[in-house]
Order: sequence, then C-alpha cells, then structure tokens
Amino acid sequence: MSTPNKNLNENEPQNLNSVAEVEDAKLAQIHEKPKSQGRIVLERFVSHKPAMISAVILVVITVFAFSSIGWGPIPGWWGQNFYHAGAVVDGGKPTLSLVPAWLGGEGIRIGEHPFGQDSVGKDYFALVMNGTQKSIIIGVVVGLVATVLGTVIGAVAGYFRGWVDEILMRITDLFIVIPLLVLAAVLGKMAGASTGSIIILALVLGLVTWTGLARLVRGEILSLREREYVAAAQAMGSKTSRVIFKHLIPNTMGVIIVNATFAIAGAILLESSLSYLGFGVKAPESSLGLLISQYQNAFTTRPYLFWWPGMIIVTIALSVNFLGDGLRDAFDPRQIGKKRRRRAGLFALPTRKEKP
Amino acid sequence: MSHAAPMNEQGSDGYALSFTDLNVVFATGGADVHAVKGLSLTVRPGQVVALVGESGSGKSVTSTAAMGLLPENANVSGAAKVGNVNVVGLDEGKLRKMRATDIAMVFQEPMTALNPVLTIERQLTEALELHDIAYGKEATDRAIELLDMVGIPDPAKRVKQYPHQFSGGQRQRIVIAMAISCDPKVIIADEPTTALDVTVQAEILDLLRELKDRLNTGILLITHNMGVVADMADEVAVMFQGNLVETGTVEQVLLRPEHPYTQRLLAAVPRLSAPAVTTATPPHSSETAPPGRELVLEAKDLVLEYDMRGKIFRAVEEVSFDIAKGEVLGIVGESGSGKSTIAKAVLGLLPVASGSLSVQGHDLPKLSPKEARAVRKRIGVIFQDPAASLNPRFPIGDCITEPMVVHKVGSKAGRIKRAEELLDAVKLPRNVINRYPHELSGGQRQRVCIARALTLNPELLIADEPTSALDVSVQAVVLEMLQDLQRDFNFACLFVSHDLAVVDMLADAVVVMQSGRAVEQGMVDTVLHAPTHDYTKRLLAAAPVPDPHEQAVRRAAWRLLNSTK
Repeated sequence: MSTPNKNLNENEPQNLNSVAEVEDAKLAQIHEKPKSQGRIVLERFVSHKPAMISAVILVVITVFAFSSIGWGPIPGWWGQNFYHAGAVVDGGKPTLSLVPAWLGGEGIRIGEHPFGQDSVGKDYFALVMNGTQKSIIIGVVVGLVATVLGTVIGAVAGYFRGWVDEILMRITDLFIVIPLLVLAAVLGKMAGASTGSIIILALVLGLVTWTGLARLVRGEILSLREREYVAAAQAMGSKTSRVIFKHLIPNTMGVIIVNATFAIAGAILLESSLSYLGFGVKAPESSLGLLISQYQNAFTTRPYLFWWPGMIIVTIALSVNFLGDGLRDAFDPRQIGKKRRRRAGLFALPTRKEKP
Repeated sequence: MSHAAPMNEQGSDGYALSFTDLNVVFATGGADVHAVKGLSLTVRPGQVVALVGESGSGKSVTSTAAMGLLPENANVSGAAKVGNVNVVGLDEGKLRKMRATDIAMVFQEPMTALNPVLTIERQLTEALELHDIAYGKEATDRAIELLDMVGIPDPAKRVKQYPHQFSGGQRQRIVIAMAISCDPKVIIADEPTTALDVTVQAEILDLLRELKDRLNTGILLITHNMGVVADMADEVAVMFQGNLVETGTVEQVLLRPEHPYTQRLLAAVPRLSAPAVTTATPPHSSETAPPGRELVLEAKDLVLEYDMRGKIFRAVEEVSFDIAKGEVLGIVGESGSGKSTIAKAVLGLLPVASGSLSVQGHDLPKLSPKEARAVRKRIGVIFQDPAASLNPRFPIGDCITEPMVVHKVGSKAGRIKRAEELLDAVKLPRNVINRYPHELSGGQRQRVCIARALTLNPELLIADEPTSALDVSVQAVVLEMLQDLQRDFNFACLFVSHDLAVVDMLADAVVVMQSGRAVEQGMVDTVLHAPTHDYTKRLLAAAPVPDPHEQAVRRAAWRLLNSTK
C-alpha cells in the first residue's frame, strides 16, 4: 500500500471479524476520562481566542468598577467619591497620561483626577466607575430575568402546544409590536419614580426583553420533543416538569446561553439609551448613558467627558458580543471546521493532495 | 492487494468503472481516518457489482470517490476510472461534464433526493439541457419517455406534477429515471431500496434489473442487505473496516464464503426458519403458558386516531390481540400500517379512541394519571433509533437508572449497583457508567436502552423496531441478547418490526397489519409458514433471502403472485 499513513490505524483492534466486536474492543480501549457535552463545549470555548480576551477584559472592567469606588457599604480603594463636588483643577482636564516624557509626552502618571472633573468639580473617574457598575448590574440582572422568563415561556409553549402555545405566543407578539424603547421608558419611569433603585429598573427591563428568546426556545423544544428520549421519559411515567426541566431545557442550553449574552449586551445599550433620554437612572446616581447625555454639549470643548463613558459602553458591549460569538462557535463545532479550512487555503496549504 | 480479484490485472479496457489501489484518508480534528485502504474493483457494462459492508466499512466513501464528491478534507490516492478517465484529481469542470453522461447516482432516500418546489418535468429535463442533449419540447418528450420507461403510469400528465404527489416507490423510480436520463456508462446505486418497504423494494429491484439489461449500463450496487445482493448482483465485493476482504461471483461469496468476516456476516442475517424445524421445537409459550394464561396486555377492538389539526386520521382500526407472561407477540407490517401506533398507545403516548387496552387487567384509558403512572412502572420500552433515544446530556448510569429516579425506587448506592448489574446483563463494561451516549456506537447504545427498559423488572417490554437502525452483525448480537433476557426475566414482549425473519426468530405469535387493520394473526408457525391472506403471502415473497438460487425461485414466485393480483 502506498499510503503515507500506514500506521495510522495501528491502535485499532486487529483480527476481529465482526463490527460488534470491533466496537466493543474500541470501547474497552478508551482510557481517557469520559467527557460530558458541557466539558467538550468548555474546551472549545477556552480555545476561542477573541472570546477569551473579551472575557478577561470584562472581568478586569468589572473588578475595577466594583473595587475602585466600592459597592454599597464596602469601601473602595479610590479615595474620592462621585457625589462630592470639589474645586475644578486645571479646567477639569484629565490628569492621566500614558505617553512617556522621552516621547514628548508628560510622563506616565495617574494624578488626582485621571479622567478629569465635571463642571462642578466631581471626580469623573468615580462617576464613570459608578456608571459602569450600573451598566454591569443592569446587564446581568436583565440577562438573568429575560433568560429565565423567555426559557420558561418558550418551553411551556413548545411542549404543550395547542391553546397554551397560542395564548403565550400571542402575548409574546403583543410585547414585540410595542416599540421596546417606549415600553421600557414608561415602565422604567414608573419604577424609577417609586424607588429609584437600579435593581428595580433592571427587573422591569427584563420583563420586556424576553420575547426573542421565548420564540427561539419554543422552536427548539418543538423539534426536541419529538425525539425518542423524550418519548422514553414520558413512557416511563416522568412528570411533565421533569421532562421539561431535565430532558428538554438542558438540551437547548446552547441557544439559551448564546442568546443570554446577546441579551446582556442589548440591555446595557437599552439602559444607556433610557438614561440618555432621561427615563432611566437619575442624578445623583450616575450611569454611562446619563453622563453622555449630561455632557453632550461639552463634546467640542471637553471631549473627555463624552469619550470615557462612551468608550466603556462600547468596550463592554463588544466584549459581551465576542463572548457570545465564542459560545456559539463552541456549541456549534461546524463553524470552527469552516474556519480551519479557510485558514488552510489562506496559507496556500494544499487541502487535498492527489496523486495522478 | 493480495485479495484483489485476478481480473483486475487486465487493465481498464472495457470496464465501465474500475478502482485501482484506491486509498481515502480523512483529515479530522483528531487522528486521521483511513476510510478506504487500497481498494481494487471493476464493473463491466451490463454487470451488477455489489459492494457489501456494514457501517464504517468505507463502501459509501468508495462510491463518493468515483463521483468526485468527497469533502475537502479527504486525501485520495490511487485511481478511480469511469470508462477510461481517471476521476481522481480531475478538475472540477471536466468532472461536472462527466456526471450524468458517464456516471450517475441513485440515492438512498427518495423523500429528500427530489426538490419539492420543482415539477418532475423541470428536474428531469435539467440534466438533458445541461449536457446539451435536448431542449424544450424535445426534452419534455424525452422526460415523458423516461417516466414511461421506469413504469410511472400516465407519464404525459404526471410529468407536470410535484414530488409530493408521488409515493415513495414512485419517487425512487423518478430518481432512477433521472439517473438514466443521459445514458450513463455506470450507475452507482447507494442503498437504493433501504428506505423502502419490502414489496416496493422488490419492484424497484425488478426495474433496475430490467433497465441494466436494456441499456447495458454497469451498476455498482452499495448495500448492507444480503438478500438484495442475492437478488441483483453478478459479482460481490465485501468490505470491512476499509479493506476489501473478499470478491467473487455471487454464488461464490454467498454460498461458499472464504473470509471469516463474510462467513460471520452471512450467519448473522436473520432468515425465516424452515417450517419443519419449528414444528419440531414448539414455541416456549405453549409450555410455559397453560390454557389459563396470565394475560399481561390485552387489546379488544382497539381504535387509535391521530388528530391532525381538526382532521381525524384513523391509524388503527379494531385490532384485538393479547400477550401472556413470557410470550412475545410480533406486529409486522409496512410503513403506515399502524404497527408503531399501537406501541405508542400502550406506552400512553397516544389516547385510545375506542375499544379497550388493558395492562394486567387495568384498562389504560380509564385510569387516573396517578394510577397510570403506577402501571407505567411495569412497562419497559426500546425505541428504534439508538442515537435519539438516550438524552445526550445524561451519563449512561443516569440513563439506566432514570426509571428508578422517576418512580423513587432505591437509594443512590442501590441505583448504581442496579445499573452495574444491568450493564453486566447487556455485556457492556461497568466503567461505561460514567460515559456519555456520544462515546458509544449505535449497537452499544441500543444495549443501554435495553438495560434501561429492564431497570424496574418490567412485566411488559415494548420494542419498537429495536434493530432496524443497526448493522446486520450488531442486530444479531442485540436480538440474541433480547432473546436471552426474555428467557431469564420471563417478561411479556410486544415486538414491532417490518422484518419477518426477525419476528420469526423472536416471537411466538404474530399480527400482520395493513393500513391499520390486522389482516392475519395467529401463531408464528401458522402465519409465517402457511399464510392464508394474500398480503402476508406478498410480504413473505417480497423479502429477499441471501441465497442466489433460492432467491431466483422466490423472485419467480413473487412475479406470479403479482400477476395474479
């Protein structure tokens, strides 16, 4: 045989004459640890570079935002807070400099107000960090609420079908036809007016953003419920709740997790839009959207008041999206296969060696 | 290769298709997979060569290599000649010109091989127009002629119809018409009858045989069904794990197999036993079950209906049967006969429309949900598709012990112990308890399903086509295991199958179903060896046997039966 890979099947059991025996021998030979699907997905995710970089960036931003100015009663390491006005130093310009002196810059230093000060002399770094905290809280809470609601509603509609499905899906349609921003603005204003709490605002946003996931999960469940393992579970007398939560939903995890990350990014942007429009977070608390809205007129004179919160919104939203991309690739390995082939073509490596 | 047939040394002259030392290696994420290892094989015009093997043997990869349709990650070496042109490494444009005119393909699944949004006319004339053979009216005339040739009645009218207006067998005829439209030198038929019922299969094989004689085309028939081989092939090549292990004429290979793999493969094919043998050893039910039989499942005038958005479709009409402890009842029939519907109803997945269905005296339709759950505890189930019947997120141990969890039986340690016992019973190593379904092969998964079905020591086992998705040799292992377990645990079993030979092997009594009605029922010996109903006779005659001489006799009998119909 003129094959270049002569020894490639040497691990295969020899001298067997039945497929059943070959398979059993192969099974007996597997020594590596059993891998669950979740573990395989995790391994693929970890090897996805953009997603891992995004994950690191997100963790850094989160740790920074919560540790610098503290959270609730826990004090942070940053000495100033976001509601104490002070004297405006040097027109409020940022003291942060990253260009070393030998390159013609002012040398690497952080200074008193690295992000500058706002019009009344508040430390802008503290304000931005406070806004970042809000964005992260909003993203996580909305992500959780929307995901749980969407999953349960979609699963119930898909599993029971018939009139249950009709009612749930018409309610979903109702939420979809009302413009999201209007609905969120009205509910957000009501929630904000009564308590002023960011968590309440996040819960309210979660209540209006579950629709997309509900439709996706419903579709998945409709196809999964025809699988034989579901029939087997029903036949052995499982309760409906067990069939839905043990057999169906775990198998739609891919769709759910990927969608949840996109829901988080969407929620952060929605909160920014609401605060920008004045329906979200109210002063003295700050939020990234609120900061942009307050200082949009200062854009030409003091652009840093616009850029800092703007850049952080973009960074968070992009990172979360990359994370979602990585998760999607990890759950759907066909996408990775495509990429590998493309790369092979790019470096002009022969993908198909044929002898005449 | 040492075991290549001697005729291969004559060169490729006069062959419709020839492979010389073909090697195919797939580059995958893990280790490379060597799918075809140095295969040499020839097909002459007018000759049918059967390429036989089980899954993973490389038979479909071989045919795909001849069509030049292998995926990007395949590394092909050696030669695959269609006529005198080597298609390995041939450029895509030239290859495309050769398809249909030199080499054509008949696919396995007629339901998906035709485009549902185009008329038959459009799909048949497409190849003709692409290859500059005929256009417009002329092409349509040719399409009608082709349909006539493959035996579609009233072709001039039906050519304007869409695929969904034809039955499965007719669609396969249309796929064959497409394959012969440009007079190819060779047709590759990849499991052309696997998706069809036996009676339709016999018709399609008849058609292929007639066409090959008329058009003098070579046919490379890829199949796992030894009966089809005996029926169709002139020469047989047997593949195992990428190697060609045996080639020869159909008589040689099927009647005097030399390679141990071929011998075991042929021994594994379930056959209808000769009547004399079965009467000598009476079925165990007549011994173990005296006249006062302990009935486990009893159906009286059972009617089952599907509600398709308000339209009621009656799938099963007034069927009555019973199974006693230790008995196996086979339900046979073709697709759409309602055999699986009965299994579904017993499992409580479908409501009973009228009649009664009782498990150990409890009438299922009248039970409260709680009582029904208690009855479920005594029923085990095995489904057809081992890939879909285990939850991919559960380790094997959890799959097996799930019935115990659902019915709150046993402690955690007790459950693990039970799972280990059951794995021993189905002859799987105990360490698979922590593995996941995707790490097991189809046959192994089906054994896990059997273990799961037996977890709670059921009184009744429902087996819905448990081996039809498995390879022949794996099927033999699974069937033998079922037989042993049935003897050891003495449960009653409702065995649904389309394969008469399998039912003959396993069952004591049988119900033959046709379009929702039980046309014949009784003990296996009487029904399968001395059938009275026409349909049963047709079913029996249509199933091919892996013996070319006997199959020739059966084929004649089948034709006779059809002509008197």
